[in-house]
Amino acid sequence: MSGLTLHLPDVAATRRLGRTLGRLLQPGDVLGLDGPLGAGKTSLVQGLARGLGVPARVPVTSPTFTLLCEYQGRMPLYHADLYRLREAAELGELGLWEAAEAGGVLVVEWLARFPEAAPPERLQIELAFPPSGPGRQAHLTGRGRRAAELLQALALLL
Amino acid sequence: MRILSLESSCDETACAVVEPNQDGTVRVLSDVVSSQAGMHGRFGGVVPEIASRHHLLNIIPVLERALADAGVGLDRIDGVAVTRGPGLVGALLVALQAGKAIAYARGLPLVGVHHLEGHLLAAFLRAPGENDPPPPFPHLGLLVSGGHSCLVRVEDFGRYQVLGTTRDDAAGEAFDKVAKLLGLGYPGGPAIDQLAGQGSPTAFRLPRAMRGPRAGLDFSFSGLKTAMAAHLAAGPPQDKKRLADLCASFQAAVVEQLVRKTELALTRKAETPERALVLSGGVACNRGLRAALRDLANRRGLPFFVAPPRWCTDNAAMIGCAGYHRLRRGERADWTLNAAASLPL
Repeated sequence: MSGLTLHLPDVAATRRLGRTLGRLLQPGDVLGLDGPLGAGKTSLVQGLARGLGVPARVPVTSPTFTLLCEYQGRMPLYHADLYRLREAAELGELGLWEAAEAGGVLVVEWLARFPEAAPPERLQIELAFPPSGPGRQAHLTGRGRRAAELLQALALLL
Repeated sequence: MRILSLESSCDETACAVVEPNQDGTVRVLSDVVSSQAGMHGRFGGVVPEIASRHHLLNIIPVLERALADAGVGLDRIDGVAVTRGPGLVGALLVALQAGKAIAYARGLPLVGVHHLEGHLLAAFLRAPGENDPPPPFPHLGLLVSGGHSCLVRVEDFGRYQVLGTTRDDAAGEAFDKVAKLLGLGYPGGPAIDQLAGQGSPTAFRLPRAMRGPRAGLDFSFSGLKTAMAAHLAAGPPQDKKRLADLCASFQAAVVEQLVRKTELALTRKAETPERALVLSGGVACNRGLRAALRDLANRRGLPFFVAPPRWCTDNAAMIGCAGYHRLRRGERADWTLNAAASLPL
């Protein structure tokens, strides 16, 4: 398991991290995205969508209510949010993992709520408020070979 | 023409029977949603959340109840309307396939409806015997719910122009998430509305978002949520006065943005100006927002319309209304009608 910790001074930096990462993604990649309300999870996905080639005129909005949003970039981006789910069994009904297998990128917010259901191979991103001062902290962890490669490539670009 | 309508795009499984009035409104003969009281005998009279989103389990009981409440059988139905998107395909397909099967088996015309079109037309729903006049066209619709926030020019039934939309969180989502930060539970939007009445809207400084010239008629509520998170870094407030002040300040900031953008839309150059203001979506239940929009409409000399709360939240009667007008115009779906996760209005 490899890791990377970054300081993001403002929301623009969060979006930039997303955009850089988005350029590196390949079909089948899975990202887990966790952190408290207001930490910047949706902002990161907004950057990621641009990096994946989703046109700037397409608003990338929070999937909390709809549970899953779908965007068309150079490959499909599936943006899911488990905040409102009550049990892991609902994940099957949503068809989340099939989405990624169908050749898209899958980003899942609040994945940590259902650790037993999380795909073992993924890039896990934790966003947090720093103990003091402005901005956010991002902690990225690569689980599996592909995620480790992704993390190495990202470290070179930052 | 009596319409059976079915909806399962998000949390609710819903079914309704509606009939047209002469003036474009529809009479709601029955209107059943899966979360309503008495719908879940099989779970032992259980809490609504348990049944929510279990569309497959809900669809037949909800359908049977809707027909029974309307006092009709399928032989007295003349058309079927189903929500075809946007939403989770796995969820949407339940009501869509049920509706398709009924239409096929009974040889009835079938039509697919956009979920948001349903919300926009909620002000055209009437209980039997009610005969308030409907909103005139063209009008401006402000649709605010948990999943959506948008300003739409409604030219006529079936003719919509989206003028602005949220760039991040929907207004209802911001309410519910801030309620969680305030320790009011989730979803706690209504609790904020209640407490806001007891607090000072100017007690806390919160950002007034989306003011720049490039912001146009779009909304953004995520910065407001983050600002509240900063105020609440140490946890939910223990002091009642502080809690009420935070609720009032937050609600004022959300309402200010919604009203400002709505007013901006009403003052833009339009060949035929809008003749009414129509509020819809679950957040339309918020009393602060209702009052502020009513004021705005009065100020601009426009009539103001908002559906009763039960038709502002997700329901199938609104899908029946939109579906009826599509069928009336001759629109028919064929048997290839499918659910669409993303769907432009």
